[in-house]
Amino acid sequence: MAKMKALVCRECGKEYPTKAIHVCDMCFGPLEVKYNYDEIKKTISRRKIEDGPLSMWRYIDLLPVEGAATVGLHAGFTPMVRARNLAAYLGLDELYLKNDTVNHPTLSFKDRVVAVALTRARELGFETVACASTGNLANSVAAHAAAAGMQCYVFIPGDLEAAKVLGNLIYRPNVVEVEGNYDDVNRLCSEIAAEHRWAFVNINIRPYYAEGSKTLAFETVEQLGWRAPDQVVVPMASGSLLTKIWKGLNELRALGLVSEVRTRVNGAQADGCSPIATAYKEGLDFFKPVKPKTIAKSLAIGNPADGYYALKAAAESRGAMDMVSDDEVVEGIKLLAQTEGIFAETAGGVTIGVLRKLVKQGTIKKSDVTVAYITGNGLKTQEAVIDAVGRPVRIQPSLVSFERTFKMGKNGEAGT
Amino acid sequence: MPSLRFHIRFPESKIKEPIIYQIGHEYKVVTNVRRADVRETTGWMDVELSGDTAEIERAVEGLRKKGVLVDPIELNVVE
Repeated sequence: MAKMKALVCRECGKEYPTKAIHVCDMCFGPLEVKYNYDEIKKTISRRKIEDGPLSMWRYIDLLPVEGAATVGLHAGFTPMVRARNLAAYLGLDELYLKNDTVNHPTLSFKDRVVAVALTRARELGFETVACASTGNLANSVAAHAAAAGMQCYVFIPGDLEAAKVLGNLIYRPNVVEVEGNYDDVNRLCSEIAAEHRWAFVNINIRPYYAEGSKTLAFETVEQLGWRAPDQVVVPMASGSLLTKIWKGLNELRALGLVSEVRTRVNGAQADGCSPIATAYKEGLDFFKPVKPKTIAKSLAIGNPADGYYALKAAAESRGAMDMVSDDEVVEGIKLLAQTEGIFAETAGGVTIGVLRKLVKQGTIKKSDVTVAYITGNGLKTQEAVIDAVGRPVRIQPSLVSFERTFKMGKNGEAGT
Repeated sequence: MPSLRFHIRFPESKIKEPIIYQIGHEYKVVTNVRRADVRETTGWMDVELSGDTAEIERAVEGLRKKGVLVDPIELNVVE
């Protein structure tokens, strides 16, 4: 029997065949993959996973593909860094960083979801893939499509910065600049996805694409020695990542791969785009859309598709949510770099900023085993910190100048 | 007949207005509400608009002019 049972509506529960559809015909609710866990349970084991490839595909039994992985074979299984210096700074006993700044091939967690999306798209017979994106997603789709020999369309707003456009063009997809703003691109892509037989990774392939995020939860548990952490801090854009980490943890428990899950799943957003965290703080079960205004552009989704479900997941896990200012985002990036040698993009600054807040508030306690998800590489958003990192020390090209500048005596001893 | 699906959000000031009824009268589109949650201070609807594509786009513009927020059913897809 197949491991995928059906696509199921998250609202009314109606089931559909596992095709390229994403909205319930009945109630217009979003669809997600329903698995045949009884069947999966017969063969899955810690040993089988540990003997698998050193990539996210070691968890293929819990990913929505029918055959073997064909795209993005090296994505995932990124380092889980024991962050002793940052832990000491924050006053935590045991802090880990799940470091997707070095994910393959485009240095963000999007390589996980795109690997699943394109593998599934091929299985469903698609030759053309597409996405609407201003950053990490476009990079990842374009790179994977190039390697897979698939046609690729990337839709971007007409006013996107040149550096971001270049990051896509290098892979030679069809980059389509839409004359209009973010909302115009958003609406157009939804309409194109409805009209053309393309695999739009985050529209009609979304039920499969989103499942790739679960591998962050799987790797977390395995790399901690098959135990679930007490606390995780997850950056939120659409909210999908947080919901899938929660789903992944629960799948491992249901399959007996981890004995208990008492993990509190905490969400992080930036002040300038915090519809989900604001709803949490106001005690609402729905969020109000916002117009994003933050340097954390990779999290700047004002009307998040999974916002409602992220609120639900945080509530189920008894987690919290919080937000930080742009200044705190920059401080978070610097703190992470200067304590652990990891240069994260702005989303990482949001995560570290909120982690810091939650520790300070006592929401995360000293003895809690805590994991923070660092989802993208700082080389992609250098403009965010360019005015906050100081300047090089300038000297004359002479030993005297060098030693005088650094007040050094002979043999490199510090002078007085 | 082409049809497109939208998520419409009503600000508090528009909650009591019969906007969906008005749109069905002002434009040649069929409105079909499939899911909704309307409260005292806010509300949303998932609605299907059927008709000529250009007329649907005019109806969407009409909805926006009436002060409601109109997104595709998927909400934000630009990531």
